[in-house]
Amino acid sequence: MKIFNYFGNYFSNRETFQEIIVIPVFATLLAIFLGLLLLIVSGSSNEIALKALIALFYGSFGSISSISETLTAATPLIFAALGIAVGFKAGLFNIGAEGQIILGGMAAVIIGFSFQLPFFIHLILILLVGALFGALYAFISGWLKATTGAHEVITTIMLNLIAYRLLDFFLRIPSIQKEGRNDPISKSILDTAELPRILYFLDPNLRVHMGFLIAIFAVLIVYWLIFYTTIGYEFRAVGKNLEASRYSGISPSMTIILAMSIAGLLAGLAGASQIAGVLGRATPGFSAGIGFDAIAVALLGRAHPIGVLFAGILFGALIAGGRQMQVSADVSLDLITVIQALIIIFIAAPVLIRKLFPWIFR
Amino acid sequence: MKLHEISKSFGPVKANSNINLTVDRGEILGLLGENGAGKTTLMNILTGLYKPDSGKILIDNQLREFHNPREANKNGVGMVHQHFMLVPVFSVTENIILGEEPTKRFNKIDLENAKNKVLKISSEYKLDVDPDQIIEKLPVGIQQRVEIIKILFRDAEILIFDEPTAVLTPQEVVEFFEIIKNLKKTGKAIIFITHKLHEVLEICDRINVLRRGKIVGEEYPKKTDKKKLAELMVGRTVNLRTSRKKMEQGEVLLEVNGLSILSDNKEYVLSNVDLKLHKNEILGIAGVQGNGQTELVEALTGLRSVSSGKISYFGKEYKNFSPRKIHQLGVRHIPEDRQKQGLIGEFSLTENSILNTYYEEEFSYNITLNWTNAKIEAKKIIEKFDVRTNSENISANKLSGGNQQKLLIGREMSRSINLLIASQPTRGVDVGSIEYIHNQIVFARNKGIGVILNSTELEEIIALSDRIIVLFEGKVIAEFPSDTDPNIIGLAMAGEN
Amino acid sequence: MDNTIKNNIEEKKTKKSIIVGLCLIVLGSIIYIFLGLNIEGYATFRLSRPTDPFALPNLILPAHSFIGISALLIAFFGGRIIIKAPKKFTLFIALSFFLAIAAFLVWATAGKSFSLTGMLQATVVRAVPIALAAMAGILCERVAVINIGIEGMLLAGAFAGALFGSIFGNFFGLILAVLVGGFFGFILAALVVTFRVDQIIAGVAINIFVLGITSFLTSHLLKSNPELNDAPVFKSINLPVLSDIPVLGPVLFKQNIFVYFSIFIVIISTYYLFKTAYGLRARAVGEHPKAAETLGISVLKTRFHHVIMGGMIAGFGGAWFTLGSVGRFDEGMTGGRGFIGLAAMIFGRWHPVGALFAALIFGFADSLQQKLAILRTPIPSEFLAMAPYLVTIIVVAGIVGNAKPPQAIGQAYVKEN
Repeated sequence: MKIFNYFGNYFSNRETFQEIIVIPVFATLLAIFLGLLLLIVSGSSNEIALKALIALFYGSFGSISSISETLTAATPLIFAALGIAVGFKAGLFNIGAEGQIILGGMAAVIIGFSFQLPFFIHLILILLVGALFGALYAFISGWLKATTGAHEVITTIMLNLIAYRLLDFFLRIPSIQKEGRNDPISKSILDTAELPRILYFLDPNLRVHMGFLIAIFAVLIVYWLIFYTTIGYEFRAVGKNLEASRYSGISPSMTIILAMSIAGLLAGLAGASQIAGVLGRATPGFSAGIGFDAIAVALLGRAHPIGVLFAGILFGALIAGGRQMQVSADVSLDLITVIQALIIIFIAAPVLIRKLFPWIFR
Repeated sequence: MKLHEISKSFGPVKANSNINLTVDRGEILGLLGENGAGKTTLMNILTGLYKPDSGKILIDNQLREFHNPREANKNGVGMVHQHFMLVPVFSVTENIILGEEPTKRFNKIDLENAKNKVLKISSEYKLDVDPDQIIEKLPVGIQQRVEIIKILFRDAEILIFDEPTAVLTPQEVVEFFEIIKNLKKTGKAIIFITHKLHEVLEICDRINVLRRGKIVGEEYPKKTDKKKLAELMVGRTVNLRTSRKKMEQGEVLLEVNGLSILSDNKEYVLSNVDLKLHKNEILGIAGVQGNGQTELVEALTGLRSVSSGKISYFGKEYKNFSPRKIHQLGVRHIPEDRQKQGLIGEFSLTENSILNTYYEEEFSYNITLNWTNAKIEAKKIIEKFDVRTNSENISANKLSGGNQQKLLIGREMSRSINLLIASQPTRGVDVGSIEYIHNQIVFARNKGIGVILNSTELEEIIALSDRIIVLFEGKVIAEFPSDTDPNIIGLAMAGEN
Repeated sequence: MDNTIKNNIEEKKTKKSIIVGLCLIVLGSIIYIFLGLNIEGYATFRLSRPTDPFALPNLILPAHSFIGISALLIAFFGGRIIIKAPKKFTLFIALSFFLAIAAFLVWATAGKSFSLTGMLQATVVRAVPIALAAMAGILCERVAVINIGIEGMLLAGAFAGALFGSIFGNFFGLILAVLVGGFFGFILAALVVTFRVDQIIAGVAINIFVLGITSFLTSHLLKSNPELNDAPVFKSINLPVLSDIPVLGPVLFKQNIFVYFSIFIVIISTYYLFKTAYGLRARAVGEHPKAAETLGISVLKTRFHHVIMGGMIAGFGGAWFTLGSVGRFDEGMTGGRGFIGLAAMIFGRWHPVGALFAALIFGFADSLQQKLAILRTPIPSEFLAMAPYLVTIIVVAGIVGNAKPPQAIGQAYVKEN
């Protein structure tokens, strides 16, 4: 525990340190432990569970290529979770990242295959349009909340479900569907629109792409936005105390709409970066639940941009490790979802962790 | 009933220490104390909501222990809370029987039987109510009767009233005193908790004074007076009057003509209000809570839209302007609920210091905030307005009520100001801070600022105001100079001219 | 003076009625232009099967004139609202929507035939999980606990129904599904009541958890043992005599126990909430927990009990997906019905009967998209599938401003001691 205390000096007091570092760490470990327990209970042998655990760690941080996979998986999570964190700051619970990712991704695909543009310009355009469509989709929920009071949780969930249907429809449009295919799959984006792989010089198969660097940049931008601008100040004021923000002359409706749109913008960027950096085309399940994982990431990161960065990398590791687990121990990736849900529960109910490990919190 | 050596602590705070108290049948005991003196804690122990750390409760010389309110009820202890414990959307009968419902088969409520019981109690103790009315549609005076019937329905022998007159008009207070005199005649023991000196003198048989969790004195109304009680309550000599020199009225700062506001349920909360405010003047708005004061203040500060009428600041009309526009005119607002409106509890003192100026040039460049200047501003307020804290980085909810209020007032008064609208500026604040805040308000007025003071404490209004208007049911029904007899103003507050 | 104020109100009122009226006129014109202009032939609605004991003749409507008349009526209502500016025009709006949907159906069926009774029957069937989700929501929200986790509880019930139904038969499968739902109700209650976790976060966590664990077990357990995912389905029970009534019979009395039970739960919970002493106490806990506590009602216990009961009802509703329809479990098969149930609860203003009617509207939208797919309308099937979700958004946005939830909703209760 000494090392904890050492780091503890950097935090204003012991309690915040526990809140920010100790509880998330233990929540994650406990969740992984319970996940493996589930594996054993559901009939797998102890060896398989052990194999799964090793695969989980090896697949996430065991080699350069696993680290590359971890960061690749973390990239869209960081974008989307940043958006959700912005929402949290303004008192909004945006469950719609999934739908916003789909819209952003769809827009990115269209831009990606239908324009012949020089490399850099095409890339910027694909990201911008993806972000814009994510923002527009989230704007609907924000606008409904601001004008009618409709709860954003329900409207964003419904918009997610609508987005899935829209995607199905979209992938069957002849001008979008890949030539000569009957299954729903879009044309591929052009090379000029692809996010370059950043470790290309080491090994061309390392998938981590420039999107990760953009994600880190986005972390810094959002950090600045939330804590060092009037807009962020307004978000936080509305999120903490609606009445007081009205008193101070802030317009809550405008703030809600803006916060929701920025959240959608970031989620749309997640979709676009996934298309431009990894997938290259859209398929029915291309969003792969990133929008839901991002909720856990945002909660784990305590809705703080820096926290989100680390939580995103952790979840990226879980996903990359989970894939390895699937390959080498034949354990379904859904186990990772269970672990994520457990992490949310433990983070949201820190009392549980405190009760289970009283010796850490003397 | 007897309390013996009752103690209760919340963390390091001793809310009650070694309290001894007795009350007999047919007696009204006054329990006098300031906000935070431990009155409510003590009563919550009596009614089983809190468990005492030590001490005994004796009823009819028998040791009793209550673990929950129901057990207290069973032992004949009933309480009328300061904030009524009534479910607004339920009927009178439903509220009274809740938890003790007479039932038929399949747990079905026997409504007829219940109504008869309610009517019986209501005629027995002369507490007139309609058992079928919905609570939220009843005036507070009647709601209080429902509360009383509710505890009588549970066969209470010891009745505790926590600040029962706070929400009543003077007229209703008279009626209420009749009711408790009646109850006394039937042999009930009554504990009357208040911080209003004249009330205990008027109605009680015996008075216990509570200060900082201790009983500091026992007095009898015939042998004591207000000054003595006040000293016991506060613990030192109190200056009940703020010194205030007469000043000439200056030019008109604010003029309101025919202001009317419709509430959400299409009723007038304000109708046809006219008022004028000059430089160097404190205009007091007196009235019983809920007679349109909140709405008037919200309309003046842009927080509520106006149905009709004119509001002009400095000769220009500013009806339905945004709160920010009005703030930019130098109109400052101390809201009535500092935790709900005036401050953001989780924000640091620095962040709170720029709550309504954060967008101004001094604190931001385009959209980038200038935290250096914000910190300087926070430090300035903390120093100038005597906010007791060791850092401007702690969050506002870590401050005491008085310090929160000083921070808030400091923020509003430290920048260029032409007009101050202060709502309940001393609510829930300790006596030391009250004096300080009053002096600040008078000081501002002496500098040429116009002040609108909205307070439900008539004493505060009288102590500070140059002119007093009385709001009753959304109308200005009277205007008085500052040296008017409080009783006359009190009558006006009850709607009688 | 008072007159100017009155004029002010009048002005606001007429403004609103002008907007609503104009909307209806536009709706009428749209219906006529898009549906009515190029349509010919007759729409045939089958009301009975020829084998039914009391067969009714088919309802045959001339498409063009029916749509024309509907459009005209809607526009007429709009005009009436503008001119007369009545105080309440909800009835006219409802009528207009009814006509619009009827016109749409006639348009889709023109030149073909379509079983109206079949669709109404499907409406009732599809309303079941939504109504049950809404009942679960009502029980929780009446004690001031928001239950976003209903979706997960439905899914858990569906999974448990399939798994245990395959092992122990459908009856025990159903009971275990109810118990599993109750278990998740217990988890939610523990999180929000005992640990005071934010109610929405706890609900979302339950949803994600159940989605993960059911998918995990499906791929780990059910895929390799298909016999564990093949539960016997509850057959429909024809009530004697009643089921022979034309239209109404097949719609209401030729259904499986899920339908009968849902109606039963609606009746029981209405009685419970509004007639019994326990119900009164529960509502008091939702409206003013502190008042309830001072009268000796345990807020925490009451909330615990009701959230568990809500979970059990949701578990029952979940079993519908497997034991009540297909017998096998698929990942994420509840498809947002839990959330739609919450919308139905709001639409029904937290009253079981109101929520039932709201659920029927959603069930109608749900069955409409299914049946329209059969009619091969030019509208892409994906858009039809969006209908229930769109209706949910419209309901939540349109109603929420007027509906009043229990006062203490969403707030954790801290017991002092």
